[in-house]
Amino acid sequence: MVETAVIISAIILVLLTFVGLFRAIKGPTAEDRIVAINMISTKVTVIIVLIALITSQAFYVDVALVYALLGFIATIGLAKLLMKGKLGK
Amino acid sequence: MMLSIWSLGLDILILLCLASGLFFIFVGVVGLIRMPDVFTRMHATTKCDTMGAGLIFLGLILWQGLSFVSLNILLILIFVWLTNPTAAHAIAKSAYQRLESGIKEEGEKD
Repeated sequence: MVETAVIISAIILVLLTFVGLFRAIKGPTAEDRIVAINMISTKVTVIIVLIALITSQAFYVDVALVYALLGFIATIGLAKLLMKGKLGK
Repeated sequence: MMLSIWSLGLDILILLCLASGLFFIFVGVVGLIRMPDVFTRMHATTKCDTMGAGLIFLGLILWQGLSFVSLNILLILIFVWLTNPTAAHAIAKSAYQRLESGIKEEGEKD
């Protein structure tokens, strides 16, 4: 029962991610796109964990951890680039 | 008999966690699409996404029981709860500074 619910929630999360991609494509300013991409990164982390538990491959959870880290670094880097115009000091 | 009732209650708790997490994430996506401004969109998505991901991870931890996988998921949960508000704060700071300095983007209409 729970496994079916986990599979259904993974499918719903994939559909919601594609809905959020609309804002990343259309968004008027660059900040809208960064907000949408940050949200997509969080959702993809959740989806990877769900897939790891569905297929019972335990090491996919580490992939999700690395993906969350990469999304955070990308968001901080883009925000700093927009704020200062460069990525150095 | 006692064990069966306990297991059924745990299953219902897991399903409740998954359903409420999906609800929060759905509300966040609706806010991202419908809200009129950068700051309001950030307001909608950050809180709802953090809460929804936390609830789904909590349900998965309850489903897995005490193991290394659930410890890893707990690590991801703590990481998401630390980094998501930080990222939103950085984006808000950059958006506010650009709003104050009055720099318009190329495609943006005023």
